[in-house]
Amino acid sequence: MAINKDYEDIPGTFVFDADRARIGYHLNQFCISLSKAENRDAFKTDPEAHMAKFPMSEEQSQAVRDRDWNRMLELCGNIYYTSKLAAFDGINFQQLAGLMTGMGDSYREMMVNGGRPIAGNRYKHEWKED
Amino acid sequence: MARITAGVGCSHVPAIGVAMDQGITEDDYWKPVFAGFEKSREWMKEAKPDVIILVYNDHCTAFDSSIIPTFALGCAAEFQPADEGWGPRPVPVVKNHQVMASHIAQSLILDEFDITIMNEMDVDHGLTVPLSVMYNQPTEWPALVIPLAVNVVMYPAPTGNRCYNLGKAIRRAVESFDEDLNVVIFGTGGMSHQLQYKRAGLINPEWDKDFLDRLTSDPVGLSQMPHVEYMREAGSEGVEMVMWHVMRGALDDEVTEVHRHYHVPASNTAVGHIILENKS
Ligand SMILES: [Fe+2]
Repeated sequence: MAINKDYEDIPGTFVFDADRARIGYHLNQFCISLSKAENRDAFKTDPEAHMAKFPMSEEQSQAVRDRDWNRMLELCGNIYYTSKLAAFDGINFQQLAGLMTGMGDSYREMMVNGGRPIAGNRYKHEWKED
Repeated sequence: MARITAGVGCSHVPAIGVAMDQGITEDDYWKPVFAGFEKSREWMKEAKPDVIILVYNDHCTAFDSSIIPTFALGCAAEFQPADEGWGPRPVPVVKNHQVMASHIAQSLILDEFDITIMNEMDVDHGLTVPLSVMYNQPTEWPALVIPLAVNVVMYPAPTGNRCYNLGKAIRRAVESFDEDLNVVIFGTGGMSHQLQYKRAGLINPEWDKDFLDRLTSDPVGLSQMPHVEYMREAGSEGVEMVMWHVMRGALDDEVTEVHRHYHVPASNTAVGHIILENKS
């Protein structure tokens, strides 16, 4: 009997469960490799050669090349991992959130003003696009 | 005999550590975050723990996806601040009470908590930021520290109930250690925050306040909260707060709240902090 994933109706969210961890494994291991200086150097020198050490799917590799942060998450990347690739590009957590939410600089302003409210953000049916 | 006298709940937002390391804690943005820890630093001078059991999560630093222990106890002599991609934090090396750590490991396993033993481990901001906010910037950490890393990155984290009961087992382990030691336990992480995807930036101050209240008024009920409620109400990364139940479980049923601090935001996160003392 399948496990009941009672968390799948949260909007704008991926819960990094065992299934996602399995599918995203090589993408995430590629990203986390960049927390070591020698791997940052290797990726800087020859991005494709460094990526080739990790048997990601072609879609995952393309999302990395495109720096498509949301696509990486859709393809089972995890934020603690993809943020290392962002850091490699000089993008911090808050700037990354601006990119993922499509809010840009207004993201920081939203946070200073108390963050994204919970009202209207609990269930997918409250979001028109999901 | 060793005794747990108090518990500290505390966020471990990496940007808080960066602000301290860069000396910008007096900036308008950071000032209110740090103001709430002034009393805590005084309290630490009074409480003077010999040992801190520090419950935290590793953020893919010591553990990437290749190995994911649910509970891992630090048993090495010392732990270096980790390089998380931008160089190690300029904070002191973390020194263990190694004899006590191995005693706790043995006691927990015989108590049916099958923990992983770490004889080599670097520690990331999850562990060092709480020490920084509570101790400021000493040249050496004034207490020995036993790290307990909990998986909260890959779902599922251990349940709140499991964490609460682990706290009880830690208490039994501490109280069966002969040396006279004053032990304070930290539960870290949270409070409400979501770092990922289109709902990033979620903050829920009412929920956070209720969580802080119930640590004193209804800790057992609070420990029964299902994961989905943390993730829905406090953001996908808010599930880190299960780690606070380890701290709470290690204390008396009746505790006194001696300090609380809450501020939004630090980077993407609601900062929450509480100090609870055993009544006895
Ligand atoms: Fe964390």
